[in-house]
Amino acid sequence: MAKVLMKGNEAIGAAAIKAGCKYFFGYPITPQNELPEYMSRELPKNDGVFLQAESEVSAINMVYGAAGAGARVMTSSSSPGIALKQEGITYIAGAELPCVIVNIVRGGPGLGGIQPAQSDYNQVTRGGGNGDYKLLVFAPANLQEMVDLMQDAFDAADYYRNPVMMVGDGMIGQMMEPIEFKSPSKRYELKDKPWATTGTKGQRKPNIINSLALDPAELEKHNERLQVKYNEMKEKEVRYEVYNMENAEIVLVAYGTTSRIVKNAINELKEQNINVGLIRPITLWPFPEKAFDEIPTTCKSLMSVEMSMGQMVDDVKIASNGRWPVHFYGRSGGMVPTPEGVIEKVKELVGGAK
Amino acid sequence: MAKGKVTFNQDTCKGCGLCTTVCPVNIVKMDTSKINAKGFHPSTVFEMDKCIGCANCATICPDYVITVERF
Amino acid sequence: MAIVFQKTKGLTDKQTHYCPGCTHGIIHRLVAEVLEELDVLGESIGVAPVGCSVLAYDYFNCDMHEASHGRAPAVATGIKRVHPDKVVFTYQGDGDLASIGTAEIVHVAHRGEKITTIFVNNAIYGMTGGQMAPTTLIGQRATTAPLGRTVEHSGMPLRVSEMLATIDGAAFVERVSVDTPANIRKAKKAIKEAFQCQLEGKGFSIVEVLSTCPTNWGMTPIDAIKWLQDNMIPYYPIGNFRRPGEVK
Repeated sequence: MAKVLMKGNEAIGAAAIKAGCKYFFGYPITPQNELPEYMSRELPKNDGVFLQAESEVSAINMVYGAAGAGARVMTSSSSPGIALKQEGITYIAGAELPCVIVNIVRGGPGLGGIQPAQSDYNQVTRGGGNGDYKLLVFAPANLQEMVDLMQDAFDAADYYRNPVMMVGDGMIGQMMEPIEFKSPSKRYELKDKPWATTGTKGQRKPNIINSLALDPAELEKHNERLQVKYNEMKEKEVRYEVYNMENAEIVLVAYGTTSRIVKNAINELKEQNINVGLIRPITLWPFPEKAFDEIPTTCKSLMSVEMSMGQMVDDVKIASNGRWPVHFYGRSGGMVPTPEGVIEKVKELVGGAK
Repeated sequence: MAKGKVTFNQDTCKGCGLCTTVCPVNIVKMDTSKINAKGFHPSTVFEMDKCIGCANCATICPDYVITVERF
Repeated sequence: MAIVFQKTKGLTDKQTHYCPGCTHGIIHRLVAEVLEELDVLGESIGVAPVGCSVLAYDYFNCDMHEASHGRAPAVATGIKRVHPDKVVFTYQGDGDLASIGTAEIVHVAHRGEKITTIFVNNAIYGMTGGQMAPTTLIGQRATTAPLGRTVEHSGMPLRVSEMLATIDGAAFVERVSVDTPANIRKAKKAIKEAFQCQLEGKGFSIVEVLSTCPTNWGMTPIDAIKWLQDNMIPYYPIGNFRRPGEVK
């Protein structure tokens, strides 16, 4: 198949439609507006329905209704809008419904800025709303990877009956790269949705979509059942990449576009005989703890590199489990780390060119 | 001669008394001699021969206690 | 002998948890009877609110979907856009619809979303123990207005039907009351007309139902009916504000 040059936000839309997304409910917010705009043009041409909701809150609740009705449905927003959606997301997780949520991350907190950031890591990996639940979170580093993950996102959502989040930073949303739409992988065995609200037609008992369980014993059982799902995700859904790990004296951990900047820094440092490795999480949740078992004995420390004040660094510490000291380097507010900035910080830690 | 007949599913009655206020022939009463399974005095009719089958009582009952028949 | 009144198939066998004399029971019955009589129970999907009727999904004999507080119209929109041929309704109280849910209810009216909303107005927050609602009357006491509501502090109570009737997409807007058998029968007519409006694809339909809350008003059910007649009906007039094709 030929490659096409597409803007990230639009590529997300195209990939979603190819993955069978038929319904999109969203709201304008920079820097993801091209995605709802794309869906408004293309979904009706593909037998689908686009609706701009009155707010991000309404949009996620429309997703809740559509998902309960058995549909393949998506919404998108950016950090402050994702914060608004948290209540809806926890209801969807509690009611065990599938959907895909796209977060094109911008600087925060509050209204923040419109430039790229990775400061939603906590919001997306720690559930985000109330209660014990998790989202399966994908963090592609380029548009091809994002497009490839989109089919899996919808399928995984259906398979686990859980919301799946696709996290891009503002750069991913806005950049243009050549992409190829490959045939989907069919990684999951999907079943019908007999639980959906489709009308009883007088032939079955009513279906009830619900996250409420007032009896504590019942709610505990429900939570235990959800945990079984999350344990299965931890077992089967971890995705990551390792780069230049051989003889690495320090290993960096970075995801999304930051990982590409880090790779540039690693290549430059290699020319200076400093061996730096990279662990690149592709799933932020479940976090790739087992990647840390691939760290060579030459490694003396780890450093998390993020576009934030340090959120993933906590998971790096947990995964390192005291085996290595963990450092952090980041830029925030929409400032993008440069390879030079990363190189300088690495040299501080490993003591200059060799 | 009664034109109507009402039957009370007394264990579903919550004793609110609304039915007693709307009967045109004033025959719906709370049976204070009884306590139903919920712990309330349930509604009832002692003078069924006066019932006109208007269904006002059943119309205002919030708990679907009353079934109404007409001759 | 013919049965002229019995429990509708539109309701399940489950006994409701509502307080004695709570008009939710009457209103549930009217909705359920209308759906049964229109023969659409098998095509109906209802959305339950947060409030006393949070458990409504246990009482209506059709597919039901929970919503978070105020968001039922948005959930209903999602369902109706996926299943345009189904009958989709929301059932909401005054805290749910007139407080946190004002954006959602305005926008289903604005879009002319082909769903039907049953709005139960009892001028108070029932489930959470009697706090002031946007529809609480001036001078009426509530747990968060212990000296009674005043205009200076909280403004005048919100007249939802009048407000929504100014929106083009709200094709059918009527306020009814369930205080007497005669009014209950009129209320049922309005509810039927509202659902017919949806079936004919005319737009958004809403029936505001003046209701009692004996427990949180601190009265017997019989006194509560009288309070509704003396205080609520004068401020919230019963009547039709909009029907398809009519301009008022």
